[in-house]
Amino acid sequence: MNRAIVRRITPNIRTWRSTLKTFCSDTSEKLHGSDGDKAVTVKSSSLDSTDNVPQYDVAIVGGGMVGMALACSLASMPLTKHLNVAIIDSNPALLARDNIKKEDAPDPRVSTVTPATISFFKGMGAWQYVQLHRHAFFDRMQVWDYTGLGYTRYSARDVDKAVLGCVVENKVLQRSLLSCMEDSDVKKKIYPSRLNSMTLHKSSLLSGTDSISSEPSGSLAKLNLSDGDCLYAKLVVGADGSKSHVRKLAGISTTGWKYPQNAIICTVEHTEDNRCAWQRFLRTGPIALLPMGDNYSNIVWTMGPQQAADRRSMNEADFLKAVNDALDDGHGPHPQSERIGDGGILAWLRSDETSSASEHFEVPPRITKLASDRMVFPLSLMHANNYVSKRVVLIGDAAHTVHPLAGQGVNLGFGDANSLSRVIAEGVAVGSDIGEMALLKRYESERKAANIAMMAILDGFQKAYSIDFGPLNVLRAAAFHGVNYISPLKKNIISYASGEQRLPLFT
Amino acid sequence: MASKLLLSQLRNITRPTHHRLINPNFIFPLKNQTLIHSRPYSDAPQPPPVGSKPPPTNADSAPTHKKISSSLNQAELAKFSAIAETWWDAEGPFKPLHVMNPTRLAFIRSTLCRHFGKDPYSAKPFEGLKFVDVGCGGGILSEPLARMGATVTGIDAVEKNINIARLHADLDPGTSSIEYLCTTAETLVEEQRKFDAVLALEVIEHVAEPAEFCKSLSALTVSGGANVISTINRSMRAYATAIVVAEYLLHWLPKGTHEWSSFLTPEELVLILQRASISVQEMAGFVYNPLTGKWSLSDDISVNFIAYGTKNIE
Repeated sequence: MNRAIVRRITPNIRTWRSTLKTFCSDTSEKLHGSDGDKAVTVKSSSLDSTDNVPQYDVAIVGGGMVGMALACSLASMPLTKHLNVAIIDSNPALLARDNIKKEDAPDPRVSTVTPATISFFKGMGAWQYVQLHRHAFFDRMQVWDYTGLGYTRYSARDVDKAVLGCVVENKVLQRSLLSCMEDSDVKKKIYPSRLNSMTLHKSSLLSGTDSISSEPSGSLAKLNLSDGDCLYAKLVVGADGSKSHVRKLAGISTTGWKYPQNAIICTVEHTEDNRCAWQRFLRTGPIALLPMGDNYSNIVWTMGPQQAADRRSMNEADFLKAVNDALDDGHGPHPQSERIGDGGILAWLRSDETSSASEHFEVPPRITKLASDRMVFPLSLMHANNYVSKRVVLIGDAAHTVHPLAGQGVNLGFGDANSLSRVIAEGVAVGSDIGEMALLKRYESERKAANIAMMAILDGFQKAYSIDFGPLNVLRAAAFHGVNYISPLKKNIISYASGEQRLPLFT
Repeated sequence: MASKLLLSQLRNITRPTHHRLINPNFIFPLKNQTLIHSRPYSDAPQPPPVGSKPPPTNADSAPTHKKISSSLNQAELAKFSAIAETWWDAEGPFKPLHVMNPTRLAFIRSTLCRHFGKDPYSAKPFEGLKFVDVGCGGGILSEPLARMGATVTGIDAVEKNINIARLHADLDPGTSSIEYLCTTAETLVEEQRKFDAVLALEVIEHVAEPAEFCKSLSALTVSGGANVISTINRSMRAYATAIVVAEYLLHWLPKGTHEWSSFLTPEELVLILQRASISVQEMAGFVYNPLTGKWSLSDDISVNFIAYGTKNIE
């Protein structure tokens, strides 16, 4: 049918052109009648930029950890070093040149970076900057719950590694990435304002004529910022967090639900050195104690919104008592350090045992002082239905948010940044337009499966631990024991949580 | 719908007075060709009709570079836009080409970087080199090559394609320097143009005289330059996949796009290239994985294959 129309219109075009010739008396732009026999050359004039709007290859909206990681990753690869990058974030810290001092109190906003993320940073050359500031590796982890029926201990030695992860303050990560980028000679510009609106021109030849002729860069995305600047970009990256403005402007819908829980985070001090990550599941939600080095640790305590508000406003002494109860033997007894039984039918299970299976239950260190303010955040699960749209791609929290119970949230975001920068490099290698859908869809298919799998597992955990029901408690205890003593399962869990495995399968 | 059109065209041949419902231009392709060679639904350049004269070459047809963008008015741009979208519609009839494009570009990039001794990790390895894309169509290959730094000239015998290619290339400042010409390889040879690399992908199976075509390609290449030709093998498997499955079962390509008899086997291609002073250095095949929907390079040259050759040094 299309071809019928084509054949019908083509002769009309030829007559159009010949009438046009009479109108356009400009001799330098004559058009030959086109019969295919005569050679007609069609070469446009050189594009003089009628507007002085700057053009960038990639515009990253949101200069947080994940946005900066993408920019830094693009700067570190030879194929993408030459790309012009614009970073749009109104946070003044990005332009501030003051360094983070060692004597600063530890910021309660921290992230646990997995070994996969650490190797991503090392590959970009940014980890050396992180090492200049406070950071704490941990190689052990203990998980148990309030019923006291079971516990699991993980160790990095189970998978023949040195660390299970590292706890770093968010501002340290962000500043390290910024320093790494500044030391490289990538062309970047930081726009200290907010994104107001975005126009995405429709697919070139389908759009109306005015957009083709009036703007030479008719197929780029145009971003208007809140301070009046505007810029063009071939690719717009939405790295602006869970309430992403880019996602709204691109019209990408999301699926998800709010958890009936808020999280309190704060930094505390204790007397002993801590190199283990502790997590205890209480009736209302898990409390986690993450080592930060120098006898500091970070607390992430999930509970109902009313309780969170109470705990935030109570005085320091009461709060510390509540925390020690939560970590120690308040809410329930300590688990017994039993073995399955020496000998007997289950002796065959212990031939391949991990070293951490023989470790006894330990009590977490006693918290002595509160070292920072208490912050409360609401928790929710969110997943964008699409990660990509024409010339727009979402990474990090803009695409997905998860429950903090496994410390995976920002690591998923770093995985997104890693994958997207690799896909952009592959696109540049074969000369594609980096904003085209086929290329962006490759990124989406890589990350969507991995992200959804992780989100499903974390949501499953959250739901499983929020029910206090006798038989379910026993089932959870059995799960604790199972994971602790069945070493292939434990090794699989550790390597999946460390980011070495993309999907939680026995591959 | 397509078959109805063909039937009505057939009827028009036998009863030429009853064509009031159909634009006379529809039967134009059948005037000079026998039915068996007619491919009315093909957008590929049609072979010259049997027995017709070669296009007259007089002084008027010497191509001059014209600025076209400002003389076309808005209404005309709209008309072009309405009809020409399918080349760049990644879901349209040219979808297989779009999906295959990154794979063949990977082959081109690796062989030509090696040939010209360029750094494969550079973002623009072909800076300073002159390429010609023979049978460029809508510019699907020319644009990535231009983004890789090459000075690209795209030629195609169908003028509609050149116009589409021009419109699309002007949208990205990185590709607006591509020179598109509606001409043939033979005409360029007469103008004595030379290029560092001559590429003719998926063209040679649509050409009437492959041997002559290869001689023209060779004449366009500087001595010691590179040639890349891709086509479909004339094998039973290619008949089954590229014609039966792709055209009739999956409707990836319009029916009649390819003629099995004009496919070339790799041995024949190497031979005619050799006679045109081009030595084939490498050959690779494209394989489609229906589960992932991706093309990949492989040693299997039984269906689609691509050959890289160098022009003998004179």
